[in-house]
Amino acid sequence: MYKYDTYDQAAVDARVAEFRDQVERRLSGALSEDQFKPLRLMNGLYLQLHAYMLRVAIPYGTLDSRQMRMLAHVARTYDRGYGHFTTRQNIQYNWIKLEDAPDILAELATVEMHAIQTSGNCIRNISSDQYAGAAADEVTDPRPWAELLRQWSSFHPEFSYLPRKFKIAVIAAGEDRAAMRLHDIGIEIVERDGQHGARVFVGGGMGRTPMIAPEIRDFVPLADLLSYLEACLRVYNRYGRRDNMYKARIKILVHEIGAADYARQVEEEFAHVKALGIDLPAAEFERIAAFFAPPAFETGLSETIDRSDPDFALWLDQNVKPHKAPGYAIVNISLKPVGGIPGDASAEQIDVMADLAERYSFGEARVTHAQNIVLPHVRKADLYAVWQALAEAGLAEANLDLISDIIACPGLDYCSLANARSIPLAQKIATRFADPARQRELGELKLKISGCINACGHHHAGHIGILGVDKKGTENYQLSFGGSGAEDVSLGKITGPGFDEDGVVDAIERATDLYLARREAGERFVDTYRRLGMEPFKEAIYG
Amino acid sequence: MADDLLRLRDDEAHDEPAVTLDSFLGQSNATAVRLEAGEDARALLPHLERLALVEVSFPSFRDGRGYSAARILREAGYTGELRAEGDVLVDQIAHMRRCGFDSFAPAAPIDEAAMARMLAIQPHVYQCAADDRAPIWKLRHG
Repeated sequence: MYKYDTYDQAAVDARVAEFRDQVERRLSGALSEDQFKPLRLMNGLYLQLHAYMLRVAIPYGTLDSRQMRMLAHVARTYDRGYGHFTTRQNIQYNWIKLEDAPDILAELATVEMHAIQTSGNCIRNISSDQYAGAAADEVTDPRPWAELLRQWSSFHPEFSYLPRKFKIAVIAAGEDRAAMRLHDIGIEIVERDGQHGARVFVGGGMGRTPMIAPEIRDFVPLADLLSYLEACLRVYNRYGRRDNMYKARIKILVHEIGAADYARQVEEEFAHVKALGIDLPAAEFERIAAFFAPPAFETGLSETIDRSDPDFALWLDQNVKPHKAPGYAIVNISLKPVGGIPGDASAEQIDVMADLAERYSFGEARVTHAQNIVLPHVRKADLYAVWQALAEAGLAEANLDLISDIIACPGLDYCSLANARSIPLAQKIATRFADPARQRELGELKLKISGCINACGHHHAGHIGILGVDKKGTENYQLSFGGSGAEDVSLGKITGPGFDEDGVVDAIERATDLYLARREAGERFVDTYRRLGMEPFKEAIYG
Repeated sequence: MADDLLRLRDDEAHDEPAVTLDSFLGQSNATAVRLEAGEDARALLPHLERLALVEVSFPSFRDGRGYSAARILREAGYTGELRAEGDVLVDQIAHMRRCGFDSFAPAAPIDEAAMARMLAIQPHVYQCAADDRAPIWKLRHG
């Protein structure tokens, strides 16, 4: 894992002092709320329905046990004992007092954490593959690239007042576990002639106008990466729309002028920027990469796992994934217990996960965009002990990628933008499909719920997506099928008229019944949908 | 406005009023020009030699186009006065400095003590910009 040096620590400490100064000026009235808002947003602080919400950055979803314990401490001390892991691999706290925010940031800084650029119209926390450094299918570990981008984008003087927020994802495997092409910039690290470079996609995103990012450049050498990204951002900063915030994301610019014309403008700008000498020397990349060297994996470990406990075996089959090192496995901890709030964990649970990471996973944990936690490097021999400890903490739900592993935004229970509640609906669906055998029978089924058109719950990318809307003062839910945020990226299509809360649960049940009746061998729900098309599903739902 | 002008340059303030970009491009003798937020700073590049002042408008502090305009001018070698005018606030000035602005004409008075604190608060910077501060990666590798 990356460790701060004195420069990194000084930057984060200075940011705390800067924000403390800004909060004092806000409380004294020297700053208006209008002037203060972008400043607090760039420190992760939102004003929600009931209180301030603080979003803490977990760069590329990687954190260590010490940092996790700090997250538990913040939940316990400044919130109501919970943290909420987000689709951007961050954590947010829903019950924060403005005057506590500088102290929280100061506490976070003691463990090399911050809330810098987790909101605002700037380059946000860089997201990545939660299996980085553990997955067998990766070309290289994408996290050194992500850390390099974290540093470059921190307090970027030219790109802190962009037309709109800007999200970058970096992956380095054929399997896309980070919804890379649904980002403003998606980077896939590829190898060419023995060199690693970036395949760059620009202009993806969800929100009210979902777009899959087109490829803008098939290979950018590492030595040119920052120049190239500066060019991408500069074209956007100059020509992205500022007249309408709903058309201000880079996807609209790329769509309106066309990917080819956007790429041409970037190339022109790149030719100029490249000459400025702003790119990092290889030595700096190597310095960063050294922090992500594989941990000291033991050799000669046993591959056998005692499956005699049937509940353990079910969890093993569903939540544990292959690791590149012999004798090791990747453990997924589901934060989606039936009836729970997707992505929520109590301070005690966060402490348990910190302890398990420390004892069994080289001190490391990851947050996934599906709002779960990963212990990336667990010895197969330790899996049973890990499972027992998780079960005791209510963290052993064996539902990874099943219908109850729901992504949901906070919705109308917390969010000032929402039109409908997301959490109660997620709970209702999970309860309807609570039978674990039934869930396993349905297989991989990614269900995603957003409580408004901003799509924080990724509904466009759900095999089944649900969008909450306000219909003449009552909550109404639109259903869509066929989306995916993975390497088979696609956008969901709306089935037809919306439903009330119970109606949408019934409709999902009718659609999954149809899938079970019509599927061919090996087909997931989304595969059957793609083969059959919408019509038979429509008939099943609307009869 | 002149009362509120904050200059971080040693030379004498330029006293010729800035003309619009259209006027500037249409006449050969103007030495000061004003760029509106949406105007292309690159239109000035053939004329940098005779320019003493470029004023860049910030109609709202949220409109960040002026940061790119400033860097483009500095990257092209412009050394004259580069003034940020309009909704210029204490907490944006450090970024403006890094992008090459060296004078500020805020629409509302600036708290100069707060500005001095904010300008000094980050000891180092992570990336190259239009100022001469060495980025952290350069400090790390000498």
